Amino acid sequence: MDTSWYIVLSALLFAVGAAGVLLRRSPLVILLCLELMLNAGNLALVAFSRMLGNSDGQIFAIVVMVAAACEVVVGLGLIVAIYRRRLPLNVDELRGLRG
Amino acid sequence: MEAVAFFAGAIGALGGAIAIIALRNPFYSVLALIVHLVSLAGLFLILHAEFVAAAQVVVYAGAVVVLYVFVAAYVGGVQEPAWEPIPGQQFLAPLLGSVLFVELSIAVLGSSLKALDTDGPTIPLGFGSPGGIGRILLERFLIAFEAASMLLLLAAVGAVVLAGRRRASGEGGDGATPSERFAQSAAERMVEPETQLGRPASEEGGGPIPPTPGPAY
Repeated sequence: MDTSWYIVLSALLFAVGAAGVLLRRSPLVILLCLELMLNAGNLALVAFSRMLGNSDGQIFAIVVMVAAACEVVVGLGLIVAIYRRRLPLNVDELRGLRG
Repeated sequence: MEAVAFFAGAIGALGGAIAIIALRNPFYSVLALIVHLVSLAGLFLILHAEFVAAAQVVVYAGAVVVLYVFVAAYVGGVQEPAWEPIPGQQFLAPLLGSVLFVELSIAVLGSSLKALDTDGPTIPLGFGSPGGIGRILLERFLIAFEAASMLLLLAAVGAVVLAGRRRASGEGGDGATPSERFAQSAAERMVEPETQLGRPASEEGGGPIPPTPGPAY
């Protein structure tokens, strides 16, 4: 398969993730859509790594994976903190930065 | 054969992605994420990235999805209101997504990368294997490796700080040592179930509740 197929699939996944971030209002699903976008970036990195015959892109993908894991941990901690404070789990109502 | 594997993986990844944003229940969205991730790991295998595929399955399907499942079960099903702050958001968001897709495709396919229409060069033995990746990671990208480990440590500490229960320490922070605060919050937690059962909360007998060590959380 040509590399362009993988790149187009990656662009499609990224677009789906971005649409999900714009569409959904639950913070949990927005985090899932962020995962989608990061994974689309990973797919592009690995595809370009194969295209160039160079393993450096795979290292980039691993580092992106680490950053995604950190983002998930902090984001889920925030969601748990929001839920414990009895605040609504809805990004439209969580507008103020006041504590 | 490779084309069949690619299209199977692509359909799985794309179907999982669409299911994540289409399903109303966050729990089902998390399950759709598993389908997406496993399909993507298959695509990585086709691209000769064995270690990345294994890390994808282990890190995501093993750790991240479990964390998501726990939080989705803890928070419960959140009903998203039908109220839209931006009129026409249900139509604008997919429109913006498709515009983004077209733009990305034009940007990549319109570039003059000559190797984009090839399968890539013949790769050396051990390309993407754990040995090769480990050698590169610990020789050329050692600083990135260390920075990633530091980032993981900071994220773990930040999650504990964010999600920890600290309601009692906000107001009574005058001179109370952390162990006293902990005993106080543990005593409050011991009292809480009784008041929820309907018994009158005893104001007069706010006596010495033994500060037993609370349950580990």
